[in-house]
Amino acid sequence: MSKAVIEHAEASETFNKDESYVDWHDETLWFVRKKRDISSKLLPEWEELRETASQIKHYVLSHMDDLLETFEKNAKANGVHVHWAADAKEHNEIVLAILKQRKVDKMVKSKSMLTEECHMNEFLSQNGIEVIDTDLGERIVQLRQEPPSHIVLPAIHLKKKDIGDLFHEHLGTDAGATDPQYLTEAARQHLRDKFLTRRAALTGVNFAVAETGAFVVCTNEGNADMGAHLADVHIACMGFEKIIPLQAHLGVFLRLLARSATGQPITTYSSHFKTPRQGQEMHLVIVDNGRSTQLGRADFRNSLKCIRCGACMNTCPVYRRSGGHSYHNAVAGPIGSILAPNLDMTKNADLPFASTLCGSCSNVCPVKIDIHDQLYKWRQVLVQGGHVPQAKEIGIKAMSMVLSQPRFYQWSGRLGRSVMRTLPFMVNNSLNPWYKQREMPEPPKESFRDWYVRNRK
Amino acid sequence: MDYSHLKIGLFIPCYVDQFYPQVGIATLELLEKLGCKVGFPLNQTCCGQPMANSGFEHLTKDCNNLFYDSFAEFDYVVSPSGSCVLHIKDHLKLENRPEESQKVRRKVYELIEFITDVLKIEEIAADFPHRVGLHQGCHGQRGLHLSQMSELNAAPYNKPENLLKKVHGLELVDLDRKDECCGFGGTFCVSEEAVSVKMGKDRVADHIRHNAEYITGSDMSCLLHLEGILKRKNSAVQVKHIAEILNSAIKQIPVPNH
Repeated sequence: MSKAVIEHAEASETFNKDESYVDWHDETLWFVRKKRDISSKLLPEWEELRETASQIKHYVLSHMDDLLETFEKNAKANGVHVHWAADAKEHNEIVLAILKQRKVDKMVKSKSMLTEECHMNEFLSQNGIEVIDTDLGERIVQLRQEPPSHIVLPAIHLKKKDIGDLFHEHLGTDAGATDPQYLTEAARQHLRDKFLTRRAALTGVNFAVAETGAFVVCTNEGNADMGAHLADVHIACMGFEKIIPLQAHLGVFLRLLARSATGQPITTYSSHFKTPRQGQEMHLVIVDNGRSTQLGRADFRNSLKCIRCGACMNTCPVYRRSGGHSYHNAVAGPIGSILAPNLDMTKNADLPFASTLCGSCSNVCPVKIDIHDQLYKWRQVLVQGGHVPQAKEIGIKAMSMVLSQPRFYQWSGRLGRSVMRTLPFMVNNSLNPWYKQREMPEPPKESFRDWYVRNRK
Repeated sequence: MDYSHLKIGLFIPCYVDQFYPQVGIATLELLEKLGCKVGFPLNQTCCGQPMANSGFEHLTKDCNNLFYDSFAEFDYVVSPSGSCVLHIKDHLKLENRPEESQKVRRKVYELIEFITDVLKIEEIAADFPHRVGLHQGCHGQRGLHLSQMSELNAAPYNKPENLLKKVHGLELVDLDRKDECCGFGGTFCVSEEAVSVKMGKDRVADHIRHNAEYITGSDMSCLLHLEGILKRKNSAVQVKHIAEILNSAIKQIPVPNH
């Protein structure tokens, strides 16, 4: 199997070369998880809210066609142009066509993980369109020419010093500056100019309300609003699972989203877009890109309930110690690991294995996606599909053969322990990944079974 | 109490059988001390989890049959490993025998769960005068609900802690992260060696920071991993399965000499 990506285990090993950096990364995200805990525990009805949100999304997944048609009808009645994209390519081409038609070659964008999923910036840049990300974190990673490492906190892998160096190089700030206020102000001035001169703005969509045809965009920086309100053309892109049936349901989701994401009671801006203002054009691109396939997979359908809060990443002990880039997918972490194989099983076969199945993700998830159970199920699917390395298959088959035959198992155990006692170098060597940083257990002379037979039979 | 009317089968997971016989012995002796009649079927091997968690659930048919045949005659199956128990409960499938599969799934209990919920014993006369940190295995905690998890906004409870708190002389230490995964994760511990070890090191550090002399837990697989890290660090901190602590005989308390 030839793969263009570095697999999770290898990327994590590199990430772990600097242990104090890993400690910092882990503590930073754990701090966010703790804020989420405090905030969620202030609401006595928290678990009820999660259950309600999960049920609403359950309804959405089973009425997707009706809801989308209703939404389209209402959005059109509001004066919005609605486009349908079957995949990433179509999505990118639709956006390009809208811009070309208006002879726009520069666009501001507020954070949209969908456009990351579609690799839109790259495509537009190849077609002569300059895209400026306006979310501070997104702008930082854009200047570094790397993808976001987290869906909510795109530059969480970087320290203040990294930002200082980056801004010194690109924005002309003082060398060695690390003061957040100074650096933020520099970014603000730099972006202000972009906002004022761009005629087109692209935003994501957090919730699309079928009942009203309106959509809601949640940001903390107000950059989506600034972009959309100043531009002649507002393009909003959404995966089709962003639909919710009723306006009233926002009362459930908006309460869950920010608390789960950062521990805030609500995002600073929850902007409702319904009708284009006079002279403005508003476009909505509704994207499938594998979502129909996922909807058709009974075991994995629930992954489409995701509201992209990132709580599963902050809580994931593996994510915190491997970083978002180790997942080589627009959406990293536990949720990314159950979404990514649907997009490309060969490329993403390693991701469902990048977990201890500890189950923390499923229990912070505001829409109660059974993430860790789906990771287990993806593993079965990937093995059945021949997507795991052959060496692993041989090893597991041998193990299964030993464990399937009691006498063979007893004999192998005795032999193994005896080898470990008399020839410890047979296991305590560099070929044994366990031994690299851990001692092997002390092999006892007799197994429990031997003891039992000797003492109790 | 006399529980001798119950037929209890002891399931000792493969790695405990091979590497930690003392944990099997402690479990057996503890159950007997509590008045149970316990049998140990000699043909048992493994719950099948190492294959299944690696994506090879289809290779666990023989393990499932062995498990069923070994334990069919018992009222309860008890094991000192939350992870193996959870695997049986969630995944044991006998081909074309759904009812029998369900039957065996329902009667499997992790040791602490069995003592607390079936035997309904709240206190065990044991003696362990040490500072002890409790490592909660994720499958026992989040899967079998041995204790409330920190993720939920729900009433706290903790079955292993309840028993440990009543052990004579034992002082439970607080941890900064009371239910973070140790990073063992089955084959994850070798396939994702770097992260697995880092998780283990961080877990160990939490216990050491709070001056634990022992790390205990109801899952020997987590403790196996943590022990490997402690030993490599030449740490004086040791691991002890909760069955060993609960089985530690109460010493004669000397009568104060006035």
